[in-house]
Order: sequence, then structure tokens, then C-alpha cells
Amino acid sequence: MTDTASHKPPAITPQVVAAHGLKPDEYDRIVAAIGRPPNLVELGVFSVMWSEHCSYKSSKKWLRQFPTTAPWVICGPGENAGVVDIGDGQAVVFKMESHNHPSFIEPYQGAATGVGGILRDVFTMGARPIANLNALRFGDPQAAKMRHLVGGVVAGIGGYGNCVGVPTVGGECTFDSAYNGNILVNAMTVGLARADRIFYARAAGVGNPVVYVGAKTGRDGIHGATMASAEFDETSEEKRPTVQVGDPFTEKLLLEACLELMATNAIVAIQDMGAAGLTSSSFEMAARGGVGIELDLSSVPTREHAMTPYEIMLSESQERMLLVLAKGREAEAAAIFRKWELDFAVVGRVTESKKIVATFAGETVLDLPVEPLADKPPLYDRPWTTIVCNSEPVPASPPGIDIGATLKRLLATPDLASKRWIWEQYDHMVMADTIARPGGDAAVVRVHGTTKGLALSSDCTPRYCYADPEMGGRQAVAECWRNLTAVGARPLAITDCLNFGNPERPEIMGELVGCIAGMAEACRALDFPVVSGNVSLYNETSGVAVKPTPQVGGVGLLDDLTTMMRSAFGGGSDSIILIGETFGHLGASLCTRLLAGRDAGPPPRVDLVAERRNGDFVRKLIDRRVLTACHDVSDGGLLVALAEMALGGHVGAVVAKPVDAANELAFWFGEDQARYILTCKSADADAILAAAGEAQVRATKLGSTGGRDLTVKGTKGISLSELQTAHEGWFPTYMAAPNQ
Amino acid sequence: MKAAVIVFPGSNCDRDIAVALGQSIGSAPTMIWHRDTELPPADLIVVPGGFSYGDYLRAGAMAAHSPIMREVVARARAGTAVLAICNGFQVATECGLLPGVLLRNSNLKFVCRDVHLRVENPFTPFTQQYDDGEVVTFPVAHHDGNYFADAETHRSLLDNDQIAFRYCDRRGGLDTSANPNGSLDNIAGIFNANKNVLGLMPHPERASDPALGGNDGRPMFESLVASLS
Repeated sequence: MTDTASHKPPAITPQVVAAHGLKPDEYDRIVAAIGRPPNLVELGVFSVMWSEHCSYKSSKKWLRQFPTTAPWVICGPGENAGVVDIGDGQAVVFKMESHNHPSFIEPYQGAATGVGGILRDVFTMGARPIANLNALRFGDPQAAKMRHLVGGVVAGIGGYGNCVGVPTVGGECTFDSAYNGNILVNAMTVGLARADRIFYARAAGVGNPVVYVGAKTGRDGIHGATMASAEFDETSEEKRPTVQVGDPFTEKLLLEACLELMATNAIVAIQDMGAAGLTSSSFEMAARGGVGIELDLSSVPTREHAMTPYEIMLSESQERMLLVLAKGREAEAAAIFRKWELDFAVVGRVTESKKIVATFAGETVLDLPVEPLADKPPLYDRPWTTIVCNSEPVPASPPGIDIGATLKRLLATPDLASKRWIWEQYDHMVMADTIARPGGDAAVVRVHGTTKGLALSSDCTPRYCYADPEMGGRQAVAECWRNLTAVGARPLAITDCLNFGNPERPEIMGELVGCIAGMAEACRALDFPVVSGNVSLYNETSGVAVKPTPQVGGVGLLDDLTTMMRSAFGGGSDSIILIGETFGHLGASLCTRLLAGRDAGPPPRVDLVAERRNGDFVRKLIDRRVLTACHDVSDGGLLVALAEMALGGHVGAVVAKPVDAANELAFWFGEDQARYILTCKSADADAILAAAGEAQVRATKLGSTGGRDLTVKGTKGISLSELQTAHEGWFPTYMAAPNQ
Repeated sequence: MKAAVIVFPGSNCDRDIAVALGQSIGSAPTMIWHRDTELPPADLIVVPGGFSYGDYLRAGAMAAHSPIMREVVARARAGTAVLAICNGFQVATECGLLPGVLLRNSNLKFVCRDVHLRVENPFTPFTQQYDDGEVVTFPVAHHDGNYFADAETHRSLLDNDQIAFRYCDRRGGLDTSANPNGSLDNIAGIFNANKNVLGLMPHPERASDPALGGNDGRPMFESLVASLS
């Protein structure tokens, strides 16, 4: 497509409108909003700004249910990232974002640029990124090209984050055939800023210069946001040119240059050019500030020959930022970017017109009011159906099933197998503040130069969300809260990344509505507000959608890192205590998936009152330093959690099922919620049980640590080395196998 | 003791080494930007880890030609101690301060984890506070740490006691499963012939704080303070 000043612009036909992903009635809305038909550049701008990815047009109505405020929240959703106060004049800035569609088409670059984009969202607010996390959902391990996707995504995440020098400290990775045609790659960045030096994307000051910094603009990624707002079909491979290419070295320079400039007071507003590039950054900054911007597209640094205004406005080239500077500070700012060998160009100025007007070679190529584009996209109240909870009875397990053998098989399933193969490819220690490395409940990074720590976790259980969206939504938030609690942190707030199929299908909307309702309920009950987020819809190929995956990324605060708890057994002869009720719920569990070969039954019930009570009790014990280890019980149930603690500490255990408990299999592998396993010196056990009684918390002594085997009383013990081989072996074996 | 840390565009372990060194020296080292052509007086120069110039062309290749490295090489030849860690080791081999090359890891993947190292020569300014044959634990984090040298160079490294650390198992055994990257003869770090330049892939600065999981790097900095002050 070309639309240079020297060419006659092509006519806007219904085909051209459809090729931009706009529906006929949306086009009519555009004409009504601006009082004339748009030209091609303007149509391109509308198409990205009104894309699902940028406008949240299907989800906005429902997102309003989330609680977004708390006394410790400095900035909630709507900015580049959320901001939370952590005391001492410091703030934590964080957000999670999806890069699903590009990662399926080109796994290395798709995942790498996902990391790059979320890093920029955080440092654009004045924060130095201190940790990255991710959540990866792959298809059936044996599905076509899945090994290639796993290898490419992991290498891309590592390739980008390692080079920028931000540790990748945690994440999730599971496999399910629902993701065969659409993998999910969600990346989260956490940054640290001074609470009184947060930078916002709110243009202000008529006459102030608008400045472009970073890498040059190329033709990559044009219409990426539109691609991310449509289903895939068999021609999706042809969309490879819409995937951006990342350069982490430039990102590192941009990060340092921006932070150096932010230490002055020259910046009025700043926003990264992410999805929809120059278009969204200029429109959103102008909209937030209630002003207009005049752009001269001829001054935008380009790296390819003869780029048109259409391409310049819509390019999604990476590692670029748009700034509004205080008038007169241009030279000082330019010197900083020159030092870091980055482009710096004044490309426009702030006006009072409340319009974006762009010229190219002296001709006006775009003249649009800000409001309809940024603030008034079409909003849809799409029809939805309530999803009926899966009530299929859990198939009976064969009688006399061997508990130890089942444990060993479970630990070698793709979802429970060790993810060491992944996280050893991520530099998780650079910045020298990683206190709890990947593999535990929550990762913990030290707040540099202090004794405070931030606990970080990324969670969701899609098979629960699919079986019962509302309960699954609750569970995602509760599990994240529990993981932060298990290391002793006070959970502060979450970011989310809502990954769903095509919202034009009522059952998909029903999943979205249900999950949001459950999440909102849990956030309120746990005082765990949502401060930032992202919605990724149309994760669907030829009518087959992903499982509903509302990923939750949580941040908690440890006031004193010396109280931090780890999940590994600390030594022999400690007492093992289970906190919480065990009902033996096998519905939607990994044990059922293993034994029955499918996900049957409803997910476990999430009792938010019990979650809060049990978690607050556990945190108090950790604060009082009476525990030697603590682990949340989740996927795979009690015995899997015990095995993880044993393998982590290289210490075995002997445990027994209480006489009144359900059958063996359900007791050891049921996935009931609100549970933790604690260990303590045996002399402290009675006091802890008594304290639990007073707090109305169910606490059960299960046994004690010691030896080199994990033994369930009444069954044959299983050696740690055997469990280790099962747990560590699956991933490397899978990746080493020849491609199908 | 005065220390200087060279900062290239893309260095990302510069702060980490400054913190670790500062704790042993008692004052912060001077950070030297790559464009500078003059080095202040220093008893120790550190070339830190990271991705100088994005590792473009070849890890360390571009940094080796930066103006400041000419100065670092001159100081090293004159006897100043130079500690080159990870990407710094790659730069040091590229600019000829140390023999051999660092190839892509044999499994072609980035690797980040704790490794055991055997101290091969405790009679240098870098290692005097370690015991001969002592097994220490440092993290590695690299994509190109597979040390290689031709047979003649390897022989001279052995003959001159230039091997500083070897990858080993918990008990000091040198089997290949303890080698994270395929390095020749399990070599993790080497000295120059004069023993005033040490290049190593593992990160002593990430093992200098018990809160991070280990303190085995600390004796290296204490050794330097003791011998250079």
C-alpha cells in the first residue's frame, strides 16, 4: 500500500476497509465521527486504535468489575504500568502483556519482542526493571512443530532478557492440546522507582517539543495489533512479515539513556511505541493530556528507503519512545541520546487543537480529532452464555493403585516436570539481588541496597477455568496470593493478562465474563487489587479456542528478607504440618488427567474466607520465625508438594494419612485449595497446632522429615534419586527427541 | 587499593562487580566509560560481564577494538592486575591479553546455574586466599563459554600453571558431566603468563553475598585487596 504525497491515494473501498479488520458499521462510525471519509493513512490509524488489542472494545465493560485501588496503590490501570508504594519513598512498577500471535508465527522474535515491549512499558514510567517473569502455554508436546515452538520461545525470552541484563526469575509452563494452534506467551516486568519520580504518558504544555528517540523506524510489524485481534487460519504463516524483530542491545541503551534523562526534569511525558507504534503513542499521550499534537513525519528517523506516511504511522519497529520535553531542554536531552548512540529527533510539538495533524513533505496526510480514536472506540456488550460447570463424575481409579508409583508418574508429566531446562537458559541472577531463584513458590528479589524483598509469582490453572470459569478465575488470584504468602510476603497487587478465544462467540464471552467475575471476587476478598493488565482475544484457530487463561502476576513485599521462607526441607527430624482442609477433590486434577486420560469433573472449590484465614495465619508464623520451610499445595496435590520440598532440600520424609481422611489416592493427590505444608523443629509443633486451633485454622501433623526416601506409611518408600530422575528427566528428554 | 571498572555499551554486570568489590575494598571503584581514552591510576582493572556491543559480530570482538581497551592492554603489559569476567574474558581473548578463544557452548544454549570449580593455582594475587585444589561454587551465565586453545597453547598453559579454575564435581573430580559448556580440559579460567591477568567465565561477584546463595567469590576480592594494597 502506498500513500505518498506524490501518489493519488487509493479509494477507500469496502474491501480496503475489511482488509483493515474494520466492520462496515465501524467504518460508518468513523465517517460520522470525523464528518468525512478518512484517507488511507487515517483508516490505518483507526484500524489499529480500534483494534481489540488497543481498544479493549469487547472486554472494557467487564474489566470495570476489578477493584483497582488500595491505600498502597499509586497508579492503577490506564497508564503504561501499575505503580504500588513499598515504603521508604520507593515504588514498584509492573505489568504483564501477551505476545501470543507473533510467537506462534515466529517463536524466537515473537517471544523476544514480547519481553522488549513489557520492559519498555515499565521503564517508560521511570522505573529500572529488576525482574522478568513469564507464563507459557504450549500445546500437546507431540503436536506438530511444538518442540520447535518451545525451543524458540525459550531462546527468545532468554536472548532478550539476558542481553538487557534483567534477571528472569520465575514463570509457569504447561502443555495442553487446547493450545496446539495458539500458544500463549505472556511476559511480565517488575521495576523499581522513586515514588516521587513516576513518569506518566500525559502530554502537556502547548508548544513543547515532541521527540522521537531510540531505534529507527522500519517496515516491520505493520498491523501487528490488528493481527493480534483476529483468529488464525491455515494462512497464518503468511503473516510472518507482521512480526517485529527485536534488538536487545538497543533496548539496553534506550533503557540507560531514558533513566539518565529522567534524572533531570526535562521530561513532561513519555510513552513507548509499542503496539500501533507512533499512532498509539501520539494519540494516547494527547488524549490523556487533553491536548493535540502536530507531527512532521518527514523528520522521523527511518531505516528503509521511501517509507510512506502510512508505514511510518503504523510501523511497530521496536526500541522506540516518544517524549514530550519541556521547551528549551532539547539540547541537553539530545546530548544524552548521542552519548548512548541512539537517534534523537524533534518530530512535532504539542498544540491546543485536541487533534493529531501529521504532515509529510509539506502536505497534510492525517488530520484527526483525538477523542473518538483514543477515548471513544466502539464498545461492545457482546452476547454471552453462562458456562455450566463440568459435572462429569471423576472416573473411579483402579483398586489398589500404588501411591508411590503414581507419584513418580505424576512428577514426570509435562505440567509437573521440572522446568529447569527452561530457566537455566535465562540469566536469573544478573543484578545480584535474586534471593529466591526459580523453582520455588514465588521468586524473591532484593530491593537493591536494602533488606527489603519483592516476592513475585505468575499463576493460572487453565483446566480449572475451562471446567468452571468463575471458580477458575478465583483460583488464579488465590494461588498467586498463596505463593506470595508462602515465602512470607505481604501480597500487594496484581497485573493480569486475559487470554481467550474469539469474543464474538457467546461461549467464549461467557468464559471471559465468568473468569473476570471470579477474579474480581478474589481480589476484593484478599485486598489484592488489579493495577495493570492486558487482554488478548482471538486466540483461536479455525474455530478452536485456547482454554480460558486469565494469567495473574502478583507482587508482594517482605519488609525483612531474613524472615523469608523457602519451600525446600531445611533438615532432618522436623515436623511436617498441613494447614487447611483436605476433602480429597480429584475433579479437574492432574491425577485424574493422568489416570483417566482426560480432565473430568469440576475444579476444587475456592473458599476465599479460608484462603484469607489460612494465609494470614501462615504469614504470622513466618514472621515469628518458627518455621523451617513452607510450600503452597497446588497442582498435583499434597504428595507432589511434599516431593518438591524433599527434592529441593535433598531430605526425605515419612508421612501418614490421618485415619479419618478420604481414600488414599484422593487424600494424597486431591487438589483442595487454601492449603500449605509447613515444617518446624519438632519441639515447636505442638505450639503451632495449638495456635492454629485458636485461629480456627485446620492443622494436621503429617509426619517428619529425614532419610533419603519419601515414604507414605503403609506403602513402600520411594528414593529421592528415583523421584529426581522422574522429575528432572522429562523436559530434556522431550527436547532432545527428534522432530516429528 | 584503587579499582576501575570498564563500562561498555551493553555491559550489564558492571554494577554487580562494583558492589562486590566495594565491600572488600571499602570504597566504590571508579566506573570508566568505553569512550574514555585515559584510565585513572588503578591497582586493579575489571572488564565486567554483559553483552558489550550486543555481542554483535562475535562476543567481545567489538569491545576489543574500543579505545579504552588499548589503554587496558598497555596497563596489563606494564603489570597492572586485570580481572576479566564472562564477557570480559571474551574481550580479553579477543584483544590478545589471554590466549585461546571462547566458542559457543557445546549444547548451543545459554546456561545459567551454579557450578563447582577447582582452584588450580592458589599462588597468584587473585587466588592466594584459596587452598590448592579447593572446590568452590560460583554461578555461570553465558552462551559462549566453551574455552578452546590449540594443543601447543594448551601445553604452555599447563606448563606455566596458567590454568586458574577447572569445572569439577562436588568432590573436585573432573568428569565431563561437571563441564557446563564443553570447555577444553574443563577450563573455567586462565591467567596470562605473568599471572597479573585473570579471565574466567564464572561470576565471583555473584558469589560474594551469603543472601545470594554463596560467598565463595569473596576470597578472590580479599586476595586482591591483600596483594595489591
